[in-house]
Amino acid sequence: MNTSSLSNLADKAMSESPTRKAETPSARNSTPQFNVAMAAAGEQNATPVIVEAEKINLFYGTKQALKSVSIPFHQNTISALIGPSGCGKSTFLRCLNRMNDLIEGCRTEGEVTLSGENIYTKGVDTVMLRQRVGMVFQKPNPFPMAIWDNIAYGPRLRGIKNKAVLGEIVEESLRGAALWDEVKDDLKKSALGLSGGQQQRLCIARALATKPEVLLMDEPCSALDPISTLKVEELMRELRGAYTIIIVTHNMQQAARVSDTTAFFLLGELIEMGASAKMFTDPSDKRTEDYITGRFG
Amino acid sequence: MAMENPATSQIPVAGGAATLGSVAKNSESLSATRKKPLEIALFWIFALCAAVTVFTTFGIIAVLVTESAPFFREVSLARFFGEKEWAPLFNPPHYGVLSLICGTFLVAAGAALFSLPMGLLAAIYLSEYASPRARNIMKPVLELLAGVPTVVYGYFALLFITPLLQNGLESMTPTLQRVTGNPNLFPTIEVFNALSASIAIAIMTLPLVASLCEDSLRVVPRALREGAYALGATKMEVSLKVVVPAALSGIMASFILAVSRAVGETMIVALAAGASPKITLNPLESIQTMTGYIVQVSMGDVPHGSIGYQTIFAVGLVLFCITVLMNLASISLVKKYRHKYD
Amino acid sequence: MATAPAPLPDSPSPVPPKYQPLASSSTHLRRRKLASTLFYLLCFGVTLLSFFLLAWIMSGIFKQGIPYLNQQFLTSFPSRFAEQAGIKSALYGSVYVLCVTAVFAIPVGIGAAIFLQEYAGDNRFARFVQVNIANLAGVPSIVYGILGLALFVRALGFERSVLSGGLTLGLLVLPIIIIATQEALRGVPNSLRHGSYALGASKWQTIRRQVLPIAMPGILTGIILSISRAMGETAPLIMMGALTYVAFVPRGLRDGFTTLPIQVFNWTSRPQVEFQAIAAAGIIVLMTVLLSLNALAIFLRYRYNSRL
Repeated sequence: MNTSSLSNLADKAMSESPTRKAETPSARNSTPQFNVAMAAAGEQNATPVIVEAEKINLFYGTKQALKSVSIPFHQNTISALIGPSGCGKSTFLRCLNRMNDLIEGCRTEGEVTLSGENIYTKGVDTVMLRQRVGMVFQKPNPFPMAIWDNIAYGPRLRGIKNKAVLGEIVEESLRGAALWDEVKDDLKKSALGLSGGQQQRLCIARALATKPEVLLMDEPCSALDPISTLKVEELMRELRGAYTIIIVTHNMQQAARVSDTTAFFLLGELIEMGASAKMFTDPSDKRTEDYITGRFG
Repeated sequence: MAMENPATSQIPVAGGAATLGSVAKNSESLSATRKKPLEIALFWIFALCAAVTVFTTFGIIAVLVTESAPFFREVSLARFFGEKEWAPLFNPPHYGVLSLICGTFLVAAGAALFSLPMGLLAAIYLSEYASPRARNIMKPVLELLAGVPTVVYGYFALLFITPLLQNGLESMTPTLQRVTGNPNLFPTIEVFNALSASIAIAIMTLPLVASLCEDSLRVVPRALREGAYALGATKMEVSLKVVVPAALSGIMASFILAVSRAVGETMIVALAAGASPKITLNPLESIQTMTGYIVQVSMGDVPHGSIGYQTIFAVGLVLFCITVLMNLASISLVKKYRHKYD
Repeated sequence: MATAPAPLPDSPSPVPPKYQPLASSSTHLRRRKLASTLFYLLCFGVTLLSFFLLAWIMSGIFKQGIPYLNQQFLTSFPSRFAEQAGIKSALYGSVYVLCVTAVFAIPVGIGAAIFLQEYAGDNRFARFVQVNIANLAGVPSIVYGILGLALFVRALGFERSVLSGGLTLGLLVLPIIIIATQEALRGVPNSLRHGSYALGASKWQTIRRQVLPIAMPGILTGIILSISRAMGETAPLIMMGALTYVAFVPRGLRDGFTTLPIQVFNWTSRPQVEFQAIAAAGIIVLMTVLLSLNALAIFLRYRYNSRL
């Protein structure tokens, strides 16, 4: 993987950001990167469906938080879930690796298939599931241990004990998360000493170290400053192609910038889903349009 | 001392109905009036109350130092810490405090061996596994049990644990003889022994350790647990490899506090551990701890002012120093831990 | 820049083959799951065991002591004959001593807490006092006995009296009251204090009318816990020379005394089985009072916490 120096990355991010903000949605389509994305999303059959949620109903106690949500996610694409606060998009994301199992009184109905297997059938092991479906959280949550140990945590769980092998995985994961150059001399230092943006990329590296098929990101940039946000977005684009990324975001510009497809949630329901370019220029549902224009206007 | 701004303090709140007169009085020049004497007096009264705690510490140190000074004029520190035997009332007397220290730590270590791991495991159960309902019942019960007086545990050690150990050892003797191949092996446990006291202290400190450790574990942010689960960790791996390390300084603080409690525990050892100071690592023997010795002398008829009587202050000084060092270690760890997740 | 993402090392690494079916599990994973289950059982077992141990203690003591627990036991003085012995003097002694303790420790403790929490800022003196209090809370009780012996019994000439005993226990529980009261004061939101100041109330008026009433349940909890702690203490009283055989009820502060735990200690350390049995009866009385006090305190705290 091409790991250009940090300053390069930052420069690029900085120089891109003002222009991008000024662009109209249609102008953005001319970026070659997004043409590829569009093709993948537009044709629907460009890559196979890897994760598919079918008729997900979710209840907290008696309160229904998700109402019959069905979404297919295609392999090696980035999908964004958007919607106002409390619309259930984060809850939905947490259905995809069964993190909701950890919440008392939470009940899920329906099916989620991962490469054709229903993850909600009996006998499915959440440990195995979460090895294959990684997750990055809203607030960076590095473990209070050394950077190296943070990354090696997942592989160690899988029983890898060889230091050399672990070291290789640590380096590759950190490179993959564009953090290697910043921390390579401090691997034994506590991860809590990193900046917020670095911590979040560390968490992404930690997720990559288990080599997941799918990477769930729950508002990964909401606790970050704009420059760190751009770095994480840059990273997502680099990971696209090898990972299927599903991201929840409050920031519609972010959704438009990084995602191939976008799904809009409202009050626990999926309102509309489609290629991001179309969603942000020509949404078919009135409510989507209201939400998008409300924010942009 | 942060006394509050004089401008706010001198205007009295006039009960229910403020009369015009009092309002007019209050509108005098703000800087001219002085702070009310009551406010100043209360400040100093409260300060004095706080100072009582400082006096207590200095009082303890002063008493221990001055009262043991005559003893240390008679008995050199080298003798105090160098001799192997402790028999200050015999002739010739021996003043080797190490045998009391050894007894103290034999009992405390034995107790720690049980209570620390068990307390931590119970804390992990309460914080990581128990449903909120179960926890809401168990935690108060634990706290309730932490209030059982130590004399009760002493009673229990002497009259329940010791007979149990004796019977147990007796029934195990044939097996032990077979295993060791020594038909003349008759392991005995004395009526007063370190092990019973250790077990009773372990039961006594268990609720304390469990309760304090549970507090530390619960402070660990939920996000860390979720992060570990999201990497495909099992519940044990989350608990042992993320939550416990994250709470380590808090856990260590409660461990030290529990050991300090065990070192200072008096009634259990006075009743169950015996009165024969010796340097031994065999928990089945009768020993004596520092606290046990102090109680023994203070209940006896050793004349005041004799060197035998002064020994209790010397031993008390050693006990005080050991526990203060442990307490300070625990306090600094707690401070460190509090800052961690603020 | 954005080329293919990181090709993770795959040849030498013993990572299990990628993307095993969800329902299948490798030996390694099965072992981890088994370890996790065993660990759960261990934690649960230990918790159960600790509750069982305590239940065992209580039931054992109960069985021993209940036959001796009758009205005569409560209303008789100690005796050389077990069947005639009672805890009248110990009950009275405990009550007298605790009254002295409460009268001394409660106002001083609350005052000290108010000073530390409301007046003293974050200066070196306050920090020193704070560490000092935390340390005092962990000083062995017998050391307080040594202090009481030297200070109250001898230096101040109070002799081995109710007064000496009460004051010694007062010093012992002072840190507990202070820490609990500080905790309660800390829980009072600052907005209330500011609101009161803004109406022109003085510092003391604010504390008395706003802060203390709100903090009261927490303070009360601390007081009850500290009284129950004082009630169960034996070592410092023995140390400062409380009597173990008292066949009278103390008439005043300067009288000698015994207390419930001392009486229990005394009976337990006798070799006769009958005395050990009445020791158990004494424990039942002691524990009944103590556990009711503690239960009340814990109930207060949980109710208070859930209200906040």
